[in-house]
Amino acid sequence: MLEIKNISKTFGDRQVLYNISGSFEPGQTSLIIGGSGTGKSVLLKCMIGLVKPDSGEVLYDGRNFLADNEEEQKTIRREMGVLFQGSALFDSKTVLENVRFPLDMLTDMSSSEKNDRAQICLQRVGLEGAGDRMPSEISGGMKKRVGIARAIVLNPKYLFCDEPNSGLDPLTSIKIDQLIKEITDEYQITTVVITHDMNSMLEIGEKIMFLYKGKKLWEGNSDTIVHSSVSELNDFIYANKLLREMEK
Amino acid sequence: MSHIGKYFIFLGTLFTNREKAGVYYRLVMDECISIGIRSVFIVSIVSTFIGAVTCVQTAYNLVSPLVPLYIISVIVRDSTILELAPTITSIVLAGKVGSNIAGQLGTMRITEQIDALEVIGINSSSYLVLPKVIAAMLMFPLLVILAGFLSIWGGYVAGTLADIITPQDYIFGLRSGFNSFSVTFAIIKSVVFAFLIATISAYQGYNARGGALEVGNASTTAVTNSCIAVLAADFLLAQLLL
Repeated sequence: MLEIKNISKTFGDRQVLYNISGSFEPGQTSLIIGGSGTGKSVLLKCMIGLVKPDSGEVLYDGRNFLADNEEEQKTIRREMGVLFQGSALFDSKTVLENVRFPLDMLTDMSSSEKNDRAQICLQRVGLEGAGDRMPSEISGGMKKRVGIARAIVLNPKYLFCDEPNSGLDPLTSIKIDQLIKEITDEYQITTVVITHDMNSMLEIGEKIMFLYKGKKLWEGNSDTIVHSSVSELNDFIYANKLLREMEK
Repeated sequence: MSHIGKYFIFLGTLFTNREKAGVYYRLVMDECISIGIRSVFIVSIVSTFIGAVTCVQTAYNLVSPLVPLYIISVIVRDSTILELAPTITSIVLAGKVGSNIAGQLGTMRITEQIDALEVIGINSSSYLVLPKVIAAMLMFPLLVILAGFLSIWGGYVAGTLADIITPQDYIFGLRSGFNSFSVTFAIIKSVVFAFLIATISAYQGYNARGGALEVGNASTTAVTNSCIAVLAADFLLAQLLL
């Protein structure tokens, strides 16, 4: 289980996170939602160690990730997979090399074992024939899928996805959401997804945390979100005309 | 001043928490091709013409009939080895290699590729920058030696084709009063310049934030700062070693 306790973060004189706490269960897809600039990505970066919070704790199965123990941090990092907003594939490497990269750097597997494992992951995301292509030769949706394959290649216990649907058409977005959900169920991963996509919330939101101006205002799931009495959340989810009509 | 402090902290991160040596071997070889082999053409063109121009202009300035003609090649040789080959080659490489390093790392930064390395526990500065620094320090001396040969050859071709000097005088001048330390000095300079160009450019690119505009600015700053650092180091090394 992943827990965050009282995470606060300030950049200069601007506080972006105020005492955020919450827990995320294995085998469950947890969503952190909110408008642009509410601190979702900063919270994610605090959770994966790219940004150090001013205060608070991030506990991976009880292990404090922010304590100054480099070996412990390394061990925890190896249990994480991260899908970045822009996929963050290495331009100079092929799709297969990108997926293989964590194995090359962190394991003592033989070359053929690494290739086999990378191929299995590519197959899992439906890209078995794309291994030799360069990231510049594939579409945005395929890049996301390669990013997911790279994130799961080390069999992570925790999967973090930063806006996996950004820049994708609705159909591809749903496919990516379903893939994340299937992988979470299949490997019993603790998955945290940052999103502001309504379809994702309704499709895969087993647990949802709503951030507003750096504060956690609401927590629930895809069934309870539509009945919330938090006005900021309602403004957020019923932002478009169609949903406002449906609410009425 | 804060940038200078951050630069030295950045240098410290290159040598701490490194990956296994085997990881770096292939990366260094790839960078040697990128920094060294792919710079041979531009270095050859620039150094050949600089040698030719030095020969022609030296002859133009030697108006006294009392000065023997072989002095032209002595001047071409010494100015090439002591200054033109290492410094001009490094300035050219600051433009070509420096902007490439800053642009590449800046793009990796803004597209989260550096974050992707950090997240799996890799020291991204060491993994990405150290091979470039090692490759630059290996390849710059070789490029400077090549530049030195081609510059002297350029002077020979220009001098003999333009009837400024005979081949015999030119060769005699090259051999006259040669001090081998000047070659050692040129190689020391090239290694120092390589380190400065690679690390300053990498620092600029690695710390780029924002978008395409900032990456472009980082490349420009990298080239400007590298050139200033090369010229300052050139002066210091001349004071210290000559």
